[in-house]
Amino acid sequence: MATLSDDDVRHIAKLCRLNLSDAEVKKFCKELTQILGFIDQLKEVDTSNTEVTAQVTGLTNQFREDEIKTDGPDPKNLLENSPLPIIDNQIQTPSAHG
Amino acid sequence: MLSSLTITQAHNKLKAKEISAEELTQSCIDRIEKVDEKLNAVVHKNFDRALEQAKKIDSVGKFDHALTGIPYLIKDVYCEDGVPTTACSNVLRNKDYVPTFDATTIKRLKTVGAISIGKANTDEFTCGASCETSCYGPCKNPWDTTRVSGGSSGGPAAGVAADECIFALGTDTGGSIREPAAWCGVTGMRSTYGRTSRYGVMSMASSFDTIGALTKSTEDLSIVLGVISGKDPLDPTTGDIDVPDFTKSLGKDIKGMKVGLPKEYFTDGVKPDVAEAVHTAVKQLENLGAIVSEISLPHTKYAVPCYYVLVPCEVSSNMARYDGIRYGHTVKDPDDLIDYYHKTRTEGFGDEVKRRIMIGTYALSAGYYDAYYRHAQKVRTLLRKDFEDAFAKVDVIVSPTTPHPAYIIGANDNDPVAMYLEDIFVAPQTLAGIPAISVPCGFSTEGMPLGLQIIGPQWGEETILKVAHAYEQATEWSERKPIL
Repeated sequence: MATLSDDDVRHIAKLCRLNLSDAEVKKFCKELTQILGFIDQLKEVDTSNTEVTAQVTGLTNQFREDEIKTDGPDPKNLLENSPLPIIDNQIQTPSAHG
Repeated sequence: MLSSLTITQAHNKLKAKEISAEELTQSCIDRIEKVDEKLNAVVHKNFDRALEQAKKIDSVGKFDHALTGIPYLIKDVYCEDGVPTTACSNVLRNKDYVPTFDATTIKRLKTVGAISIGKANTDEFTCGASCETSCYGPCKNPWDTTRVSGGSSGGPAAGVAADECIFALGTDTGGSIREPAAWCGVTGMRSTYGRTSRYGVMSMASSFDTIGALTKSTEDLSIVLGVISGKDPLDPTTGDIDVPDFTKSLGKDIKGMKVGLPKEYFTDGVKPDVAEAVHTAVKQLENLGAIVSEISLPHTKYAVPCYYVLVPCEVSSNMARYDGIRYGHTVKDPDDLIDYYHKTRTEGFGDEVKRRIMIGTYALSAGYYDAYYRHAQKVRTLLRKDFEDAFAKVDVIVSPTTPHPAYIIGANDNDPVAMYLEDIFVAPQTLAGIPAISVPCGFSTEGMPLGLQIIGPQWGEETILKVAHAYEQATEWSERKPIL
């Protein structure tokens, strides 16, 4: 059965862009291990001759004509939703370099 | 009390000019002001705009469409231009996200004159089966306010049951319309994946999410379904299939219809009074002429574990956009961009969403992708095939919607897996993308509502509605109301 260590949980949290306190690491470690234990039942199923199902619509790529549409939301309104400063229609994010 | 009317009843009165859209809307508003403190079903009130819209509709005076002038509640994940929409999450609540566009479904309902009166409570980002993970606090069950409403469409279900609205919009990813509908004693349907447009609805799991309604009757449901269905160029997963007049499925004879009872859904885990209510319902279907037989859906026990691999994987992807850049929660003085992402997401998301993001990320990560995600995608194929094989033999499949009625608030607090198992009868259809309805079928020994689930093949909403309506008309469960 899959068991997670505290370090596994810290690594996963980093991939998720989440901070966890030490107490939360322990809590989530217990809960995630429990969930993975539950999921482990799937190992009983033989899928060696089965195809994947990625989606259930039966559709293939849906295209439209390459025409400019102007009836969508106004970009200026969309930018107003941002909590960060807007300069020249661009969102100024915190620096990636610190 | 006008807010206790069904769509059909309200429409007839509006058309006959016995009541006005304004009076009907005001009645719902008054009801919310009176009872919602006990329920916490409504998280954003849209009363001024609703009354304005109602007055406009009254001044035009045309009530040709069944939904013109009909007030409804919307689960807090549908973007509605100018109305706060937060998915009941602090990641969007702390700086109230106000969309500047309408979801296609909202647009479709606006076009026929339905009146949105407010946003209804949901589990955070619809991740839950009890409405307990909402950042606004749990939604209470109108039949017993110490119990959960069910989820994630808890607010819509409670709102309809308590007559705070004439109907409500919910979403069903893993049972989130059907389970709260059953637990609140109302009707709710998950349509075929691709029947309705997900454009403008905050995504939880993109290959599972469906749009649907919760109503007081199957007739009401067939009316709303007709309006919200149909191909949408803004949602490329919508099917290229005509929208029939679903109301034509009602009032039909079900003699000779083949009804399957899956033996895997009638296990010891089902509470005896639930099993009894469903068996009584099945007898009623037989009295109406249906031919009932036992069938097998052999991979049923793997449905919930399969769901809880694939859905968290899709959730982890869909939650990536909540990074404090284009909308949502923000923090001051981060060390750098990555620190900004970490802090906004940590402060914004609740525990259940974090759990799902972490499980999904783990299952998709290098070294685990094949063992978890790819394997679960193959199990999904086997579960789809179970239903395809079954529908070669029967027209519909019938089961309890849930193994037991609504539980006391807090009972599943320390047990995420117990919470996941609430979906045991409603998750399998989501993996197959097929439709299913829950209609009221009785009460538990504690006096709590129970639901009967009727499942159909892909695009089989008409068949389901035919059976559901026949059952509903032969019983009185749908007419019972909670005392508030």
